[in-house]
Amino acid sequence: MSLETPAPLTPYPRHGSNSGQPISRRDGELKVTGQATYAADNHPPGLLYAVTAVSSIARGRVAALDVAAAKAHPGVVEVITPANRPPLSHDPDVKLGMFGFRIEVLQDDKVRYANQPIALVLAESLEAAVEGAALLRPRYEVEPARTGLGNGDRYAPAAVGVGAPPRTAFGDLDAGFAAADQVIEAEFTTPAQFHNAMEPHAVVAQWDGDHLTLDMPNQALVMSREAYAAYFGVPGENVLIRSPFLGGGFGSKAILNGPQILAILAARHMRRPVKLVLSRAQMYGPVGHRGRTWQTLRLGVDGEGRLTAMHHHSLAATSSFEDFLEPAANASLHAYASPAILSQTEGLRLDIGTPGPMRAPGEASGSAALEVAMDEAALACGMDPLAFRLKNFAETEPGTGRPYSSNALRECYAEGAKAFGWAGRPLQPRQMRDKDGLLVGWGMGTALFPCPHFPAEARATLRADGTALVETAGVDMGQGAWTALAQIAAEALGLDPEQVEFRSGVSDLPDAGVAGGSGHTASAGLALHNAGQNVIARLAELAGADPASPLFGAGNIGVVAKGGRLHRRDDEGRSESYADILARTGQTELVGTGRMARDEEAVQAWAMYSHGAVFAEVKVDPDLGMVRATRLVGAFAAGRIINPKLVRSQYYGGMIWGVSFALQEAAIADPRTGRIMNADLAEYRIPVNADVPSLEAILVPEDDRYVNPLGVKGVGEIGITGTVGAIANAVWHATGVRVRRFPIQIEDLLGGG
Amino acid sequence: MNRFDYIRPASVAEAVAAATQPGSAYLAGGTNLVDLMKGGALRPDCLVDISRLPGLDRIEWLADGGLRIGALVRNADLAHDALVQARFPAVSEALLSGASAQLRNVATLGGNLLQQTRCPYFYDTASACNRRAPGSGCDALQGENRSHAVLGWSDHCIATHPSDLCVPLVALDAVIEVQGPQGSRGIPLETLHPLPGDTPHLETMLSPGELITAVRIPAEAIAVAGHARYLKVRERTSFAFALVSAAAGLELDGGVIRKARLALGGVAARPWRARVAEAALEGGPATAEAFARAAEAALADARPSGDNAFKIELARRILIRALQEALAGTPEQRPALPASPFAPPSGARHVA
Repeated sequence: MSLETPAPLTPYPRHGSNSGQPISRRDGELKVTGQATYAADNHPPGLLYAVTAVSSIARGRVAALDVAAAKAHPGVVEVITPANRPPLSHDPDVKLGMFGFRIEVLQDDKVRYANQPIALVLAESLEAAVEGAALLRPRYEVEPARTGLGNGDRYAPAAVGVGAPPRTAFGDLDAGFAAADQVIEAEFTTPAQFHNAMEPHAVVAQWDGDHLTLDMPNQALVMSREAYAAYFGVPGENVLIRSPFLGGGFGSKAILNGPQILAILAARHMRRPVKLVLSRAQMYGPVGHRGRTWQTLRLGVDGEGRLTAMHHHSLAATSSFEDFLEPAANASLHAYASPAILSQTEGLRLDIGTPGPMRAPGEASGSAALEVAMDEAALACGMDPLAFRLKNFAETEPGTGRPYSSNALRECYAEGAKAFGWAGRPLQPRQMRDKDGLLVGWGMGTALFPCPHFPAEARATLRADGTALVETAGVDMGQGAWTALAQIAAEALGLDPEQVEFRSGVSDLPDAGVAGGSGHTASAGLALHNAGQNVIARLAELAGADPASPLFGAGNIGVVAKGGRLHRRDDEGRSESYADILARTGQTELVGTGRMARDEEAVQAWAMYSHGAVFAEVKVDPDLGMVRATRLVGAFAAGRIINPKLVRSQYYGGMIWGVSFALQEAAIADPRTGRIMNADLAEYRIPVNADVPSLEAILVPEDDRYVNPLGVKGVGEIGITGTVGAIANAVWHATGVRVRRFPIQIEDLLGGG
Repeated sequence: MNRFDYIRPASVAEAVAAATQPGSAYLAGGTNLVDLMKGGALRPDCLVDISRLPGLDRIEWLADGGLRIGALVRNADLAHDALVQARFPAVSEALLSGASAQLRNVATLGGNLLQQTRCPYFYDTASACNRRAPGSGCDALQGENRSHAVLGWSDHCIATHPSDLCVPLVALDAVIEVQGPQGSRGIPLETLHPLPGDTPHLETMLSPGELITAVRIPAEAIAVAGHARYLKVRERTSFAFALVSAAAGLELDGGVIRKARLALGGVAARPWRARVAEAALEGGPATAEAFARAAEAALADARPSGDNAFKIELARRILIRALQEALAGTPEQRPALPASPFAPPSGARHVA
């Protein structure tokens, strides 16, 4: 479809009032009273405990393991090593599908990174398994570890992130820079960060013949079911994954990892249920992380403060055997209007566990660099950072020129700035102090996140009593899917949420896709919406064809479902309850199905993003270099908001993560050994409550008629994207010191005094 | 977990007898030891659980006005004792700046003194560490060491002692009471932790089996109560060890410093009493220049042990700040963020 042809305006029907209500989490009480069952809470009879022994070197091979000593320890029943590992039906060195990663499952004696599993110990108790693993006392043949720029192998990748091109160019970059009055160039580094979900990766695996039941936290139930089935050579429907609650996922529980495969294999081998729970330290390796980046930004600006060219280059670290690269440079592709944009990513192979998607993959680390570079460019132009961004506001999608399906970014800027009190901010740094003499700085950043959708299906069943059952294999990792998805379903059914039983979190339900990419509410929600509409349509058909119904003959006019009744659209006084319709037509229940479906022409014609603006205040001790984020105001527009309470919580969480990224989080690997020296929550710093500033999240209204029939965009990841740069810019504004290495540390700010 | 013996003696004498056996370790709150055992850094053969020993959990005021704190007094109980707070405010503030509320409810005074360094190479059993495994080397020396020692270190060990509490305690001339196979004795806290030299594995002056039963703070130390602060530079507002910290207490006579008590934390393998700096201040005016000179004197012998040169300047500055705050007077209300250089948000009452 050409841009000259406007996409059709689809008048999506809106009825009911469940969506938009700030309903509290329906599973909240279960969680705060300890009744919510997480994977590791399951203890089937006959359970064996599995513990992985992990490598303390980053590269080389395991020359010897004292298996005899481990097996001699009371309670240890088996030790699985590369020498005796039972076979798998899929080669772990071969990718499996779109989200498939090569994994480490004792296929050989090679060590590819520190903390790689090198054996699995099975015992009657956790304590015995832990000690058995310790008794293995591996002997290694060590090769020098590649741990950084100096010794890693650079390469030109075929793709970045999940299948994005490594190089994207719009316009004539040379011409753009030639037309610039100034070129701002800056280099940034971002560290390895780990998801550190509160709940560790865990699995309780039980085989019954060739049927497998897995209790595990999982962000992509049906997709994972198929992948596990492939590894074990059974049909997908033989695998049941139960994942009612996740104690956080952040991207790390969507992809298959080696340790869980080993535990499942052990369960089959031992003919007993097996439980594996990774320790915190063991999560720093085989279950993904946000990879390190070394980024260079070049921005050309003309005499009026307009961008003439943007060049974002990123060198991104990955493992020696896999290819996931943090797509940081792509954050600059669609953020600001520029006649020429080039994003490029190179890879750097290190002896590390494979990185993977982590909350706002690419956007988080890429926008951290971009938003600081934009701040530097604004200063170079003598412009207020907000004015500079407005000057370079993208009226249409940069590069493609596509119109936005909706874009309330201007309103986000305006409302955020107003709530924060941005007006009157001095352009120069070190201009503001509080009454105690602390340096005060204000900074801002633009937040942006695309709107991916995933295939999803759902089923809705109207019951004889007029209530409904809706089903989809959705994922609640804390974001509130149990609640928001039920609200969408209830609205489509014209029922109150209390009248809707929502089944989710199990892989034998209709596929709800991946809880990732900030697309779960839209994707699974659409499927539920369509399933609800489908069953209502079938109900209307029954009623319309029944001469005894007050809705008889309403077929062409249509009906409206609300309050558990169908009403004639032209005369809402004529209605009948679902229960009565079903009873009179002799149905005990009525089933409808639906899937995620969008107008594909609209998807191609319109650019779809969630937008936001984040404003930050920090205070810095002028002598000690200590930084405290004191205020954060974020204004976000993400289409229709299903549950403002949950959405606000998502924004808060993202913004807090931004504080963490900017000021605290980093995994510290010894450059000689590649071992991570702070693989625990004491030394890998994330904010405590006292580090969290005053937070305000403004929900800017936005009506999007194209993104999908619900008008819903994503909210899960956008909060982190503008915040990191906003805080870094505020630190500069407070101190005059431009720190381009994350996290910002005390020694970076100690200089001047 | 490896198998070990666990015994719960009924008396100090029984405890001492049991702990004199090689391979045994005292267990009180367990907040450090159990972590070390889980990680495999320490593997004692026998745990001597002293947590229920009678009589060691009392806070007593002695006839001479001094304070005697039983070794099993919990951090939280000591921190929130009203008289301790009034007479030794820096002790209370240091305690509340350490660990988390949950840990402070469990951790004991004796354990705080004897806690291990947080050098990651000590915890990582695959690393060389002379402190953990004598003669194996020090992987911290060329490793990740931005938080390591700048005073009193050697090529054999650059670890720091992590305690907050010990910093004001050494400034206040605290003495520990120990009981051992040879009877009881007192040891100035300042000398409890030897500098590493070429024997970093000799972590304390205690002989095998010797048990800390109490800590005494002399009555004279109360004289700085009106001008005392503990300040801590850390990279998270709670649940983080000090990058550097300082305890400062002043006894003033008009504008003249009669007595100064200064100590630094996070800079050495022991809580670091800054006596040279004290001497530089005593008898002189309490001015910014004097504080700066004292800070110079305190760090005169400092040298980086790695990527931590910034800690020397940072230590000077936190010492100067602590002196300024001490001069300004002990806050009437405990600060909302104990030991934080950030001024308390007005009206907030917050224990981090």
